[in-house]
Amino acid sequence: MGDADGGHPMSGPAPTSFWRRYVFSTDHKVIAKQYLFTGVAMAFVGGLLAYVFRSQLAWPGEPVPGWGPVGLDEYNALVTLHGMIMVFWVAMPVLVAGFGNLLIPLMVGTDDMAFPRLNMLSFWIFFLSTLLVVASFFAPGGPPGTGWTLYPPLSTSGMPGAWGVDVLVLAVALEFAAFLMGGINFLTTAINKRARGMGMWDLPLFVWEEIIASIVFMLSVGPLIAGALMLLADRHFGTGFYDPRAGGDPLLFQHLFWFFGHPEVYVLLLPALGIVAEIFCAGARKTLFGYRTIVWATIVAGLLSFIVWAHHQFVAGIDPRLAAPFSLTTILISVPFSITIFALIATLWGGSIRFSLPLAWAVAMVAEFLLGGVTGIVNGSAAADIYVHDSYFVVAHFHYTLVPIALFAPLAGFYFWFPKMTGRMLDARLGLLHLVATVVFFNVTFLPQFALGMMGMHRRIANPAAFEFLREGMPLQELSTVGVIGLLVSQAPFVVNLVWSWLRGPVAGANPWRATTLDWQCPSPPPHGNFEREVVVRRGPYVYSPPGSAEDFVPQDAPDAERAGGGAVPSPLVQPAE
Amino acid sequence: MPHHLPEVASTFAPAIDGHIALIYVVCGVWLAAAEIALFWALFRYRRGASPRAAWMPADGARQAAWVLVPAAAVLGFDLFIEWDSARVWAHVKERTPRGNVEVRMTARQFGFDFHYPGPDGRLGTTDDVASRELRVPAGRIVRLEMESADVVHAFYVPELRLKQDIVPGRRIAAWFEPTRPGRYTIACAELCGVAHSLMQAPLLVEPVEAWRRWATQTGAIR
Ligand code: HEM
Ligand SMILES: [Cu+2]
Ligand SMILES: [Cu+2]
Repeated sequence: MGDADGGHPMSGPAPTSFWRRYVFSTDHKVIAKQYLFTGVAMAFVGGLLAYVFRSQLAWPGEPVPGWGPVGLDEYNALVTLHGMIMVFWVAMPVLVAGFGNLLIPLMVGTDDMAFPRLNMLSFWIFFLSTLLVVASFFAPGGPPGTGWTLYPPLSTSGMPGAWGVDVLVLAVALEFAAFLMGGINFLTTAINKRARGMGMWDLPLFVWEEIIASIVFMLSVGPLIAGALMLLADRHFGTGFYDPRAGGDPLLFQHLFWFFGHPEVYVLLLPALGIVAEIFCAGARKTLFGYRTIVWATIVAGLLSFIVWAHHQFVAGIDPRLAAPFSLTTILISVPFSITIFALIATLWGGSIRFSLPLAWAVAMVAEFLLGGVTGIVNGSAAADIYVHDSYFVVAHFHYTLVPIALFAPLAGFYFWFPKMTGRMLDARLGLLHLVATVVFFNVTFLPQFALGMMGMHRRIANPAAFEFLREGMPLQELSTVGVIGLLVSQAPFVVNLVWSWLRGPVAGANPWRATTLDWQCPSPPPHGNFEREVVVRRGPYVYSPPGSAEDFVPQDAPDAERAGGGAVPSPLVQPAE
Repeated sequence: MPHHLPEVASTFAPAIDGHIALIYVVCGVWLAAAEIALFWALFRYRRGASPRAAWMPADGARQAAWVLVPAAAVLGFDLFIEWDSARVWAHVKERTPRGNVEVRMTARQFGFDFHYPGPDGRLGTTDDVASRELRVPAGRIVRLEMESADVVHAFYVPELRLKQDIVPGRRIAAWFEPTRPGRYTIACAELCGVAHSLMQAPLLVEPVEAWRRWATQTGAIR
């Protein structure tokens, strides 16, 4: 399967003009940075929206400093755009497109993506969608106050003149188009452009996770696109797909939405776990525990993710007899993921752990994600969901999954691969400050929300004080809002660190973490075309501290003769090319 | 987490609370075990205490068992939780009993309207009696027939542990048996537009006698 073309520089001479190099570039590394920085910028937008609506929740009716009073419809729009932005304009571009673009060509030892121009197109369509999502807030007729779930009839006959809804749906559609192109590129690159000697089982776990995520994304997105088209048709062309008076059914959209929506969260989770795995192995100087087991478990999880969607609809009016089967599949999906998480923990077990910032962030990711994971069982159980559905317990749960996924894992990755991207190291003290403050304020923000949810607080309400049963929860509301302010302020050291280290940070060298995968076997930053010589892969991805060898790592492409200390690596490690 | 759920006020609420507590215990133990394993590994195998990493690719069953066996245990607990869940779910949602009191509820932007059967004892006839609050007797089964006039809403009363979306185009049934007289809040738990944030209605649970007096005086029931 190893493609003989894999290592040849096909990317041509490096472009020289400023525009072609930094703006309309086809170089995967530049595109990766474009995605990453757009995503980070949007994270601040989404975070600031959260600050605004959380302030309204803690001090209902008071003008929010820096924003002003928050009206009821404005509140709905803020929540909607926060959710949309965080999922589609932060988590997707950063985890899937950003790290995927940066790492897949490097990790498979090739010069660029399979379709560099498509890649550029993908980014610029994405960029356009970013402008649109921001514009939707200011659209004539009103911003989209539908919730990120866009449920009709609220999103159709419920807000007919609100062009914000149309702009938002259009933005999402363009975003999907961009990521479909990205997915095609990822798959083709990983399958066809691997370096000579590299079989599928020599791919670093991160690449596997991106492959599976791309496939899951591509398979799940179709129904939602159809659903969105029908939504637009209902809004503008007088159709009644979701209108019971015209023979339609609002639940149809919910099914289509969640058929995509649930797999989507795994599309985000998988790359995050991949990042953690890379960092754990390098940090513990130990080979990944159960590499193939993890890959198979992930494939099973990917398949299962297609038959869990109705857990979002237990009490939505579907036939109650459907609840038990969907509850079962939902709870079962914890099995493959627990395999992955246990394997990650087992990777540290018996290691020789070097503490570093990326490792600390990766540990934080796993430690916090675990709480998100187990609380998912509460939502996934149909019986418990009767109470917690659409409550702040759910809000807290999915933030305990999504914030580790979309914030902690990318930051771990950022601290890890920043040297590769820029050739310089980030400052460790500022990084530690950033980590500790972020972890503390994250918990201050979201732990109270579990309690609020159990107290009975339901979602998407602008004024908890309007409900008798929520009055005693007001101190917790304030605590949570203090948390988000702290969380936002905690990002300051990161921004300072980023700018300062990029300009002044200590020079990193090609392989500062002494890691085995191919991304570390090229210069930092990699030149146009990435590798200086043709890459030939000789072994699996995580040969750390192999028995009978003095070194604690053997790069995937190191010729046997080059290995100091001698001693053959035991045969199962030298996986033959397939 | 300092949790306290609102004091229960329906017959099935304790079953739901019990089920949630069961999940808490099972998942709490797993969470603690996983966190301890994670941080213990970090401490025990720090570079100073463990100068060289072991070689554990776990590509054979013997090593992989270290994760497969716990994962099989997870499976076992999952099935146990699911079994309990299905039991409670079926009780609350699948077998809707006939009500001692039947009320039709219409949700609309942004309120709830209730209709009692009226003198003929049948819902959906011209003599139905309208009410802006849901008044029900304690210790009797209340059956709701719910409809929406516009968008998706939900019927939600925390103390009853009952939540049910109301979808336009369907008549959705729900039931509960209130146990404790008192005044509660029905809230809409599904985003339904501008004033979703405020959408609520009172639920009044009264002792049977008091309720019957009200119901016959107003002609809400036969
Ligand atoms: C800066 C930290 C964050 C805070 C304080 C925050 C807070 C909140 C709160 C309080 C809600 C519920 C609002 C309501 O129901 O009225 C919410 C909704 C949501 N959040 Fe966040 N969040 C944060 C970060 C994130 C991240 C990183 C993601 C995902 C990657 C995310 C995804 C969502 C989604 C999908 C919703 C649902 C929106 C909806 O109900 O339509 N949030 N957030
Ligand atoms: Cu889901
Ligand atoms: Cu509502």
